[in-house]
Amino acid sequence: MTLTSTRPETPPSEPPDLRPRELLRWAWRQLTSMRTALILLFLLALAAIPGSVVPQNGVDSLRASQWREQHKTLAPIYERLGLFDVYGSPWFAAIYLLLVVSLVGCILPRTMVYWRAARATPPPAPRRLTRLPEHRTFTTTVSPEDVLDRARRQLRRRRYRLAPQEEGTVAAERGYLREAGNLLFHVAVLVVIIGFGLGSLLGFKGGVIVVTGDGFSNQLSQYDDFTPGTIFKPSQLEPFSFTVHDFHVDFIKTGRSAGAAHKFYADLDVRKSSGSSSTRERISVNHPLTVDGTKVFLIGHGYAPHITVRDAEGNVAASGPAVFLPENESFTSFGVVKAFDAQPTAIGLEGEFYPTYAFSNTTGPFSAFPDDEDPALSMLVWRGKTGTDPGSNQSSVYALDKGDLTPLKTSKGVQQRIDLKRGQTVQLADGAGSVTFDGVSRFVRLQVSDRPGSGTALVGTVLALLGLLGSLFVRPRRVWVRVSDAGDGRTLVEAAGLDRSSGGDLSGELDDVVTGMQEST
Amino acid sequence: MSHEQFEILSNQAVAACAILYFLVFLAQVAAWVTRPRVAAESTSVEAQGQGGVAVAAPPATGGPVSDRSDYWSRIALTLTVFAALVHFVALVSRGLAADPVRVPWGNMYEFTLTGTFVVVALYLAMYKRFSLAWMAPVVSLFVLTVLMLDVLVLYEPVTPLRDALQSPWLVIHVVAAILATGAFTIGGMCSVLYLVKERALARGRGTTGYLASVPELRSLDRLAYRWHAFAFPVWTFAALIAGPIWAEHAWGSYWNWDPKEVWAFITWVVYAGYLHARATAGWKGSRACWVALIGLATLWFNFVGINFFFGSGSQHSYAVEVVSRVVGG
Repeated sequence: MTLTSTRPETPPSEPPDLRPRELLRWAWRQLTSMRTALILLFLLALAAIPGSVVPQNGVDSLRASQWREQHKTLAPIYERLGLFDVYGSPWFAAIYLLLVVSLVGCILPRTMVYWRAARATPPPAPRRLTRLPEHRTFTTTVSPEDVLDRARRQLRRRRYRLAPQEEGTVAAERGYLREAGNLLFHVAVLVVIIGFGLGSLLGFKGGVIVVTGDGFSNQLSQYDDFTPGTIFKPSQLEPFSFTVHDFHVDFIKTGRSAGAAHKFYADLDVRKSSGSSSTRERISVNHPLTVDGTKVFLIGHGYAPHITVRDAEGNVAASGPAVFLPENESFTSFGVVKAFDAQPTAIGLEGEFYPTYAFSNTTGPFSAFPDDEDPALSMLVWRGKTGTDPGSNQSSVYALDKGDLTPLKTSKGVQQRIDLKRGQTVQLADGAGSVTFDGVSRFVRLQVSDRPGSGTALVGTVLALLGLLGSLFVRPRRVWVRVSDAGDGRTLVEAAGLDRSSGGDLSGELDDVVTGMQEST
Repeated sequence: MSHEQFEILSNQAVAACAILYFLVFLAQVAAWVTRPRVAAESTSVEAQGQGGVAVAAPPATGGPVSDRSDYWSRIALTLTVFAALVHFVALVSRGLAADPVRVPWGNMYEFTLTGTFVVVALYLAMYKRFSLAWMAPVVSLFVLTVLMLDVLVLYEPVTPLRDALQSPWLVIHVVAAILATGAFTIGGMCSVLYLVKERALARGRGTTGYLASVPELRSLDRLAYRWHAFAFPVWTFAALIAGPIWAEHAWGSYWNWDPKEVWAFITWVVYAGYLHARATAGWKGSRACWVALIGLATLWFNFVGINFFFGSGSQHSYAVEVVSRVVGG
């Protein structure tokens, strides 16, 4: 940051002539100039903004797909611009790759300059020290040699490097580590980028919802959503599996934070490899499960009511827990049941689950408390259009695509809504079948991820911070002292200093050195 | 004392320190009014003499100091110390009001309460070293305004910390982030004053009134730089080291491109640009000031804006509690 000589501040803006070699040189100088580095830095900041505004696939795929649904015209344009994956898009990559090149172009020549400068002796004193902005003059009865000795001692104590002895002057310099810190910072930034790059190339992040009592084995097909790194291979997945034995959550029942959940944990029976025996492990927020670098985090929870759908012939067309995604703090949850094998036509249910059912005329049904104290279901009933297969065009397990469905009407001509408490059964209109609400399980939302290179990135940031501290707070300074005969046996002493960084109290230090020369014996 | 009593104490202490900050401002106005009306030219020349070291040189204010003016300045300083103490009581009792007792960094109200305290604490810590008496009106007015907004807009009753916040990294990450924010804010004040004074000087004013007590431009620029140079490594630590480590523990990924993280990164990049730009000649003074102020804008936007505009989209959202998507983060 201080040695600007190797980085032309304003490079020649016109290409000199069009011979390829000259052009290449010119382009390189442009790219590695300080101005370009600054512009690239600000471009990087600007380019990062859209990723915080538009929902990102890699951050929250659910929100991203919802956004696409709501903005039919903009979505394809955004898609083409890579705005749903800003941080993996070619234009974002272009900016930081150029920045990396610029960084390398800056570090290499500066390292060579520093290599020479770090071993150089402090430059000799300027002819007229009193011309420097910081200077002191005084006379003393001490002999010239003693004054210089004292000056050397003072400066050595302050860890100045002294030039070899010279007649009548002392030249000293300190703060060589500033540029070293500066270089370290820039190299460390490269290390961080490498570590980060390793993670996004080789790593993965996946999400899965598991109902308590069910299991999960670490295979691609088991994930609900999965974001692989660019060159990630499914064979990299560690062969572990687990069963969610139990999930525990406490809801505060009284006081002003009533309804807030705390003390979550899930007990998993984990098999670390396919043959091994299982061990019970507890995971909670801030305390993941780690298997050979892969980490399993508890990031969410919710309800999975057990719903059994019987068709017109009395056969079970769907049963078991159905995951309902929570919609608000009191865990009013939305979900669907797809009983598409029902005869004669498919049956679909879509609606809400209320863990503690309550009703008011203004709001309709709602959940009064997030715990399952009085669970209830309220769902609308759909049936398949004859001659279609509604199961063939369902894009999500958590939503009902109604293209091939039609509302099931009651005798009054309105769509049937079924309201069920735990244990109840309702007959569907038109003899289509029945729905039973058998009970409630909880599910956990788990995030499984592995980011190789995180250690590298961490070491890089720590080194960057160290380098930064050096480059900001090490003060490169030069101090010169010159003695001459003032007559009557007195010695005229001139001292001057030069601060080569911004900030710092050179004046105070020079005063101290001068006082030291006058006092010490 | 019970938890409820501590909460009442905290609220009363906030009101009390707000009044004290207002008194600081009044005392500073009194100091300014009682200052003799002599052109400040002579002193600013003296201040320039040592090439920017004026920052470290007494006397406290640029203008010639009369006994009465000096008296009011000292009153202002004493009041500021008192205000800061009461402010601190408000913070501590806020933590003690929670059951179980916790650090007072659970929501926006508490972040702001702490942030304003840090601004005052940093100001007082550097008062003597940088001769900051001239900053008193700016600091007191700023802290007063932010505290009022905090109480009016952001106030939330005391609630326990959510699970995701129950980590030692909360203390490390948040303390560093708030410390950096406080220092950036003071640095930003210096930058604003620089721009105001530069403009006034260009129009032939700025040698009288309040601006006369503000250090000359070069010292101001250097002072702004020193605040930023202090804040930047702290911010680096908070946003790029402590934050990712905690995120790795809590969310399973050290960098999630969460809006808050993106904006913390943007802030970092802009301030890195500031330091970079300032290191090359020609970017000192007003241009560097503007970059610093852009940085400050992104910093504050990150603090306020993300919570309100991006709400549920950010795992850092502490303005509205959304449990639907994330357990507690």
